[in-house]
Amino acid sequence: MTDLTYSDIPAGKNIKPKLAFDDWIMRAFIAMISLYLIIALALPLYSMLSKSVATYHFDLTQFEFQVSDEEGNFSGDITTAAALNESVDAYGPEDLAAGSNDRLKVTAFFPDFSFRSPVLYKIRGVTSDAVYIYGSERHTGPEWNEYDSNQFRKIVLRPVASFGLSNFSRYFSTPSLVRSITNSLVISAISTIITVSLAFWFAYSLARSCMRFKGFFRLIAMAPILVPSLLPGIALVYLFGNQGMLKSFMMGESIYGPIGIIIGSVFFTFPHAMLIITTALAISDARLYEAAVTLRSSPWRTFWTVTIPGARYGLISAAFVVFNLVITDFGLPKVIGGQFNMLAVDIYKQVIGQQNFEMGAVVSVVLLIPALIAFTIDRLIQRKQVALLSARSVVFVPKENPKFDWACFAYCSLITIFIAGILGVCQYAALIKFWPYDLSLSLKNYAFDLMDGGGWAAYRNSIKLALLTAFFGTIVVFIGAYMVEKTHGFRTGRNLFQFLAMLPMAIPGMVLGLAYIFFFNNPSNPLHIIYATMAILVLSTVTHFYTVSHLTAVTALKQMDNEFESVSSSLKQPFYKLFARVTVPVCLPAILDISIYLFVNAMTTVSAVVFLYSTGTALASIAVLNMDDAGDIAPAAAMGMMIFYTNVAARTVHAALSRMLVKRTQAWRSR
Amino acid sequence: MALKEAELAVSESSAERQAFLKIDGLWKAFGNFVALKDISLEIEKGEFVCFLGPSGCGKTTLLRAIAGLDIQTRGSIEQDGKDISDLPPSQRDFGIVFQSYALFPNLTIEKNIAFGLENTGVSKQKITERVNELLDLVGLPDQGKKYPAQLSGGQQQRIALARAIAFEPGLLLLDEPLSALDAKVRVSLRHEIKELQRKLGVTTIMVTHDQEEGLSMGDRIVVMNHGVVEQIGTPTEIYRHPESLFVADFIGEMNQIDAKANSPESVVIGKTTFKCAKHDQPSGQAVVAAIRPEDIIPHGEGARSPGAKDNIKSPENTVSTEILDMEFLGSFWRAGLNGKKLGDLRLIANFSINAVRRMDLSVGKSIEIEIPPERLRVFGGSGQVVQE
Repeated sequence: MTDLTYSDIPAGKNIKPKLAFDDWIMRAFIAMISLYLIIALALPLYSMLSKSVATYHFDLTQFEFQVSDEEGNFSGDITTAAALNESVDAYGPEDLAAGSNDRLKVTAFFPDFSFRSPVLYKIRGVTSDAVYIYGSERHTGPEWNEYDSNQFRKIVLRPVASFGLSNFSRYFSTPSLVRSITNSLVISAISTIITVSLAFWFAYSLARSCMRFKGFFRLIAMAPILVPSLLPGIALVYLFGNQGMLKSFMMGESIYGPIGIIIGSVFFTFPHAMLIITTALAISDARLYEAAVTLRSSPWRTFWTVTIPGARYGLISAAFVVFNLVITDFGLPKVIGGQFNMLAVDIYKQVIGQQNFEMGAVVSVVLLIPALIAFTIDRLIQRKQVALLSARSVVFVPKENPKFDWACFAYCSLITIFIAGILGVCQYAALIKFWPYDLSLSLKNYAFDLMDGGGWAAYRNSIKLALLTAFFGTIVVFIGAYMVEKTHGFRTGRNLFQFLAMLPMAIPGMVLGLAYIFFFNNPSNPLHIIYATMAILVLSTVTHFYTVSHLTAVTALKQMDNEFESVSSSLKQPFYKLFARVTVPVCLPAILDISIYLFVNAMTTVSAVVFLYSTGTALASIAVLNMDDAGDIAPAAAMGMMIFYTNVAARTVHAALSRMLVKRTQAWRSR
Repeated sequence: MALKEAELAVSESSAERQAFLKIDGLWKAFGNFVALKDISLEIEKGEFVCFLGPSGCGKTTLLRAIAGLDIQTRGSIEQDGKDISDLPPSQRDFGIVFQSYALFPNLTIEKNIAFGLENTGVSKQKITERVNELLDLVGLPDQGKKYPAQLSGGQQQRIALARAIAFEPGLLLLDEPLSALDAKVRVSLRHEIKELQRKLGVTTIMVTHDQEEGLSMGDRIVVMNHGVVEQIGTPTEIYRHPESLFVADFIGEMNQIDAKANSPESVVIGKTTFKCAKHDQPSGQAVVAAIRPEDIIPHGEGARSPGAKDNIKSPENTVSTEILDMEFLGSFWRAGLNGKKLGDLRLIANFSINAVRRMDLSVGKSIEIEIPPERLRVFGGSGQVVQE
């Protein structure tokens, strides 16, 4: 018998299932959360992309002039600005290409213009697209307006917008900007190689040796996650800067530049790489090692034929994650990069420094490409890693080997000293009166209110942001994941949602922040009201960290029996009863993990919010950046350490809370 | 008066014949793949029906269509006279038990059973009473305060059953309920479920790939393969009179022998003509003759000599063979047989321990075997054999 296909079904109408009330509610939820992701992600990105191809030029054919004689009688010809420009050659083609904020003075078309002359001028736009400005009055349309000479000199023309790739060609013909591409790629590649190698040996020591203090080493190695990425930059300035404690170690090289960026990048990406590689090593099958021993393979050969192949997906995945983190990071190169330009910093400079939003958008698009590639490859590899995980294997238990164990201990101690040292230097710097002249201890660097950057209010804002992000983010993420994972039908909607939920991981924070400016700072957007409020900061932070939270929730939900929903509906119970009484309680550990993840990241993030904060909503992490920028490095270090301690406290509370809740609500887990 | 009673009896019997669940012309496609092909069947009230077939035959798909969990592409389903073809699960009347139990892990046994009774206007006290009644019914009183993980697999499945029947559904659906359990528990739970079903009189459909389970539990069995119904019948009908080679092979064991049809009641195997069950294959047609291993009757060496105690019923269907090998399977012996008259064929036969002892059978020994004609069934040419 051959298998039948759809076309073998006799002609007729397919049965259209009736929808229960539950189905409608669920669809409404999917629609709402999809709408959230569309507004918070898709539309802003779209406005950014369209901004990058928006070009401006002065269209001189759109304006017409008429000049009177000295008595004020208009008898002369009506001429277009284009014709005037051709005859007097006032502006060349490069002058007519413009940015959105450029203006063109009209007096240049009239070589004999004098503001004292009694001659009168008439001007109009040919179409309603043509805009000229008198003082601060905006004029458009084919109405003639009359001005005397003194008024006429205040008239400027506005450029018209069109679409094209000229922004990109301008970008690629500016050597200082293009150099950032190579800089970013090279720095990211070097940092990746160093971090992954260091993290691999660290994870290997934790997994395969019998050394002592493993828990302590792991704890310290995770610490960099709790601080903003720019904090190591500050520590490096104190260590190796112009007045650094260990300046001689630099042998004449400057820490401001590639060296500083690489060391700092290794610091803040280390825990990410270590986590991934630890997971990869943990799934190695002990039976393979037993087989290798019985086959009398040397440890060296076993390492290359068993260990490395087993962990290869983890290594590759870690490499791409680190690469992505470094290339999209903004805070660190801003603090320690000196004159060395990187893509993420270019966006900042173009937007904040030069107010050139189009060019900022172009750099964003350029930065998006390597980030997207790294993200895609990482996703493909993770899928394979999952397949490995599900295979049944025997857990590897290391045997004691004093020589090897001591070597591992020494190595891990070095790494731990590096990480703790960086944090220690920051804390030391924060407590010293005036490095390097007055080394007495004081708390004056904590008087944030006396400095620029937002003061203690910024710190309170940060905590507020972190709490709001954790609260609303967890709700949105978990409900969204539930809808994707546990509903039937409505496949198109769910696929779109799944795609949107994965997207934020590929979008660098700077790009997201800039996209938010374009989308929300548009006065014709009804959502404009949230611009420059705490709401937009929460929105951007939840969106920025959406993917990892979403994946955590999905993993937890996948572990639940898919038939729960079937049973519940056969028992005629609404889905929300099942959700509240079973799904949420069972997933509580994952829900707590999501909230602490969002909290910690909201405390440390700089990149997305740097474009979005306002005077009332300054943040601690931004304050670190701004105080450092203003030369208040010690207070910056102090604020950075405040973020660190806050996150440590949050984690401790989270751990205690988890333990308590698990005890109370997860009694069923124990037999 | 007598007439009225007769009328009543007639109407009652016709009401009985009115199917409780009526499936008509059901098709189900997943994308381009057709999982169910034109399924029609009727299930009586109070019946225990098993959907039996190899994995991927569409039995679970059919069950899920009946439940409304994966609604069919075409065709109609009627339950208790009501068309439920396009209704969502929550608007149908059934209880369901899954292979994975699907007990809510964070709720106690009591709360699990009570889950479907809450918010239905039943008072708390009534719910407690009902829960205790159900716990008694499934033989697990005093376990109500425990969590599912604290019970064994078999106990968990009983709780799942109690939860499914708590609100007295008209139809009970069991999706491979015993597959996750170990052999002994499975056998004992089989009887319990069957007993419970008989007590409650609830119409039940069970999906299983285990033929033993199907045969022992079902009042009727629906054998499925490749999305079609191969045969519907009582366990004995299915076992004794398989209508297709697939059914013959899937249910129990079967010697499949290449043969040639002779007359409507005989078939040629090797060089010997055997009498067989009636068939409609034309003479000379290549066919497959089938006999179950346990239907082959052994006779001692001297069985044919006059005065022998062994009673050969059909001497024309009796041939002498040699025992090639023997395998002890606990409750019986399995022997491989070969005989000149059978050509180079190897027959499998199951002999009781008793018979082996009585006739002192061992490898290399010659024995007479009798193939009862009514048990030798003939199916169309081997080209029609449905391979799984």
